Amino acid sequence: MSKHFVRVEGLSKVYPSKQKDTVVFEDVNIGIDKGEFVCIIGHSGCGKSTILNVLAGLDEPTLGVVTMDEKEVSGPSLDRGVVFQNYSLLPWLNTLENVNFGVKARFRDWNSKQVAEHSSKFLAMVGLSEALTKKPSELSGGMRQRVSIARAFATSPKLLLLDEPFGALDALTRGVIQDELIKIWGETQQTVFMITHDVDEAILLADRILLMSNGPNARVAESVVIDIPRPRNRANIIEDPHYYKIRNHLVNFLINRSSDELPSADGEGGVTLSVNPARQEIFKKTNESIKAIAAN
Amino acid sequence: MASLNARAMLVSLVILLVLGGLWEALNQPPPASKQLTEYELMMGAADQQARVPPPSKVLAHAWKELSNPFYDAGPNDKGIGIQLAYSLYRVITGFVAAALVAIPLGFVIGMSPLMHRALNPFIQVLRPISPLAWMPLALFVIRDSEQSAIFVIFICSIWPMLINTAFGVANVRSDWVNVARTHELSQLQTAFQVILPAAAPTILTGMRISIGIAWLVIVAAEMLVGGTGIGYYVWNEWNNLDLNSVIFSILMIGIIGMLLDMALGTVARLVEYEE
Repeated sequence: MSKHFVRVEGLSKVYPSKQKDTVVFEDVNIGIDKGEFVCIIGHSGCGKSTILNVLAGLDEPTLGVVTMDEKEVSGPSLDRGVVFQNYSLLPWLNTLENVNFGVKARFRDWNSKQVAEHSSKFLAMVGLSEALTKKPSELSGGMRQRVSIARAFATSPKLLLLDEPFGALDALTRGVIQDELIKIWGETQQTVFMITHDVDEAILLADRILLMSNGPNARVAESVVIDIPRPRNRANIIEDPHYYKIRNHLVNFLINRSSDELPSADGEGGVTLSVNPARQEIFKKTNESIKAIAAN
Repeated sequence: MASLNARAMLVSLVILLVLGGLWEALNQPPPASKQLTEYELMMGAADQQARVPPPSKVLAHAWKELSNPFYDAGPNDKGIGIQLAYSLYRVITGFVAAALVAIPLGFVIGMSPLMHRALNPFIQVLRPISPLAWMPLALFVIRDSEQSAIFVIFICSIWPMLINTAFGVANVRSDWVNVARTHELSQLQTAFQVILPAAAPTILTGMRISIGIAWLVIVAAEMLVGGTGIGYYVWNEWNNLDLNSVIFSILMIGIIGMLLDMALGTVARLVEYEE
């Protein structure tokens, strides 16, 4: 197994009960390279959020280990920044203070001027220079999520975890912030692990998309490499000849195949799909194997 | 159309005038039915029945008292300002002492389910005890009536603050605690930077309830221990059969209680936040 920056090995989560233990997911293996943007898609209840919380150190797996940079992940750390779906801003602090909160925690020896400058820089990247003194309650959902994203990027974590960051936003706002996320990610080259329900969003943002089968006993069933050239944006991505091929594959998985009993992909071997001509061979082979599995 | 505030004030004024007018009208001494003898006059026989003084007399008395609130003419004749100052001193001392104990202890109870369960039986038994029931024990142990009154204020203000702090701390949104955890804040930093501001509105609500109760209790406590204070003053004037002073001091108790609540209400507004 090659040396991934983040390695998730044999991860399982079981909720014990008297009658029958509930296995949310089992034998989940994920490898994420440095600077890679990985999205994970799956139906509700497959344990995506639990996987993210384990990566964040906020939850404990029943089995398995997570390592980052050759070190085992245990407990939360500033090396792993999290953006939650509900923004998780502190409502008694204004926009700038919320980002300062993260920056101060990260760079403890900075003086308040350095902290404020650093925070303002990241707030400017998400277009919030005008709203520094507003409280979260005075901001729209989209603006709150921008603050949350700015806070996460400003602490420059080694791994950024995004838990459905755009789930609560309307489609137009979502599009704008997606573009901002691509921009800020392009500038910082963060390693990102993101949960989403939105297939188009995943294709737009990700280098690789992990598909989870349905819970209980969910697994990471496929790992789809998105090799549409960057820089991408919402307007030009749909012109790419591979776009609909990938999209159809993902949608087909979610609608038709996610409830089948599928074997685990381990990130390297297993079922890895790509639309790159050089990897078409794998694509065909795996399609056949999937059909064979589906037929059983 | 006048604003809602102006109209409400008008209605308040009408109610005040109607009630005050009724009170005034119903408490006039009856006209003397016949010429009184000198002896009868001397013995106050004109009024066969004692009457509550009408508001005009109370107001006149209030004016006299308030125009010289801090005079001190011996143990039984002090100005209303001095009496209120004694009561306020006791209430504030007892209240601050209670806050210093209740808020840290509330944090411990709110953050530790073990301590919550361990201390809950004590709180449940001690809380319903009337604060005045502590008075004999306090007098025996402390051997000082002044300090005993302060202790009674302490014991009655502690519970609302303790319970509200524990509740507020235990119910801080887990998202905010997770923010503290993902930013590697220490326990102490989490307590001061996240939990305290998050729970502050609930804690302030507890403090407002406490100061209200403390102000209720001080009157009764001072009636018991005597000497000084607004509670003693009310009882002393009752013994003097000076109902003007009794009614006047009742009004003053109400006004000071309102001011105490408003003061904490102002602080509460400073720590409030909107989610």
